[in-house]
Amino acid sequence: MAAHAGGLSTTAAAVVVRDLVRSYGTGAGVLDGLDLEIAAGEFVAILGRSGSGKSTLLRALAGLDHDVRGSGRVEVPRNVSVVFQDSRLLPWARVLDNVVLGHEAPPARAREAGRAALAEVGLAGRERAWPNELSGGEQQRVSLARSLARSPELLLADEPFGALDALTRLRMHDLLRDLLRRHHPSVLMVTHDVDEAIVLADRVVVLDAGRIALERRTPARDGSRPTADPGPHRTLRAELLEALGPDTDPARKDTL
Amino acid sequence: MGCAVTAVVQAGRVTAPGRATAHQAVDVRPRVRRLGLRKPVPLAAGSGVVLLLAVWTAGSATGLIDPRVLSAPWTVVTTGVDLAVDGRLVENLAVSLGRAAQGLAWGVLAGVTLALLSGLSRLGEALLDGPIQVKRAVPNLALLPLLILWFGIGEEMKVVTIALGVFIPIYIHTHNGLRSIDKRYVELAETLRLDRRRFVTRVVLPGALPGFLLGLRFAVTGSLLALVVVEQVNGTAGIGYMMELARTYGQTEVIVVGLVVYGVLGYTADQAVRLLQRRALTWRRTLED
Repeated sequence: MAAHAGGLSTTAAAVVVRDLVRSYGTGAGVLDGLDLEIAAGEFVAILGRSGSGKSTLLRALAGLDHDVRGSGRVEVPRNVSVVFQDSRLLPWARVLDNVVLGHEAPPARAREAGRAALAEVGLAGRERAWPNELSGGEQQRVSLARSLARSPELLLADEPFGALDALTRLRMHDLLRDLLRRHHPSVLMVTHDVDEAIVLADRVVVLDAGRIALERRTPARDGSRPTADPGPHRTLRAELLEALGPDTDPARKDTL
Repeated sequence: MGCAVTAVVQAGRVTAPGRATAHQAVDVRPRVRRLGLRKPVPLAAGSGVVLLLAVWTAGSATGLIDPRVLSAPWTVVTTGVDLAVDGRLVENLAVSLGRAAQGLAWGVLAGVTLALLSGLSRLGEALLDGPIQVKRAVPNLALLPLLILWFGIGEEMKVVTIALGVFIPIYIHTHNGLRSIDKRYVELAETLRLDRRRFVTRVVLPGALPGFLLGLRFAVTGSLLALVVVEQVNGTAGIGYMMELARTYGQTEVIVVGLVVYGVLGYTADQAVRLLQRRALTWRRTLED
């Protein structure tokens, strides 16, 4: 298998995962000796079927796997931020209070950063709204603002757009690309959407049974990505779908 | 509207002339038996109370109800006014309210503190939850003899009894409220690196607030119930004392005034908490209405 084909950048790795093993008591390992590096500013998308260990990997990087048995080495930057599939806004706190929740700066500065982040995601003026008053897409934008307001060195995203409708999802892709151009965190995004992975990431990693089954760089790394050059996109897409499993076809990719 | 209807009818004539008339005006629905309640009748809520008052008035006016058993409504009203004017009612009411408020305050404080200790730590749960559940199973009145032995028959005993009755619903509902906070919010707090203090003030307490307020509704009514009991044990002031005194002198009308006062107090207090609930849970109200 042609893993590491794209050549890993060994300079300034923001994330280093070595021989990571995780299992949930039932015996079978969910992660089975996984190695992964993410360079500073690099966007890595993780694809995989359910049970492939992609969420377990993300939770391990986020430090959310308190009661999970395992071993291995995980090095992440100090300032890590997580975007979940649900926006995970506290319903009892107004939008701005949600954005600045846990912000390290003194309150006044934190609120200023929060307002700026809200403006960046196009929600200036909604600071005093309750989360329940916002649409699903808006809530997810607030959650992005919450992550960006603390200028993370590593952004972990667990199917961040999985619960959104197709149109909103495309808009969010544009927004995310735009935000990343300005903030440059390293990103690890778990997704089940092959196209989303190709369109957004610099590198796509397919997990299978707790190991890396395939690893590919995406065709273009500048703004003129796939739409301008559909050829390489289609080839990569076919290759990734192949790696995801025999019963994978484009129509069923959402169930992965 | 009119245009649309003619259009439909015309279309019907063209395609299926026989059916056009049936679709026009008759509201045909599948037959489903209604199991839910019908729409509420306006002002119906008060009719039960009005009926009761009417029966009481009629019974007293016709002499069917002996005034020694139950005073006439007008006697109760005039007695109430007399008691209010000579200051006895207000004085006793103040004492009663003071007791209830004091007991409520201590009970709420104890209930919330214990709920936090037992809700947020496994050790706290192991040590506290058991005894509290046992206390919950013992009727408050059954504790009264012991409390009298410990605290005497003064104010202390009264406030302690009320507080003991109050802290249970506060504890149960706050504990339940904070234990049912979505685990996803706990994860969020972890990824945001909240310290314990901020976790409690920003996530736990607001998350448990709906539960706490429900507990508070039970607690407020409970404090008044406990008030009735403790005030009839060797009191020297308070609504219960006033009623107990009236029993000695056979003043039924004063007893009924006391009952009415208790009723109004309980109802007003409950409404006040509900108002507080609506104010404090605006974020939820946007969902509800």
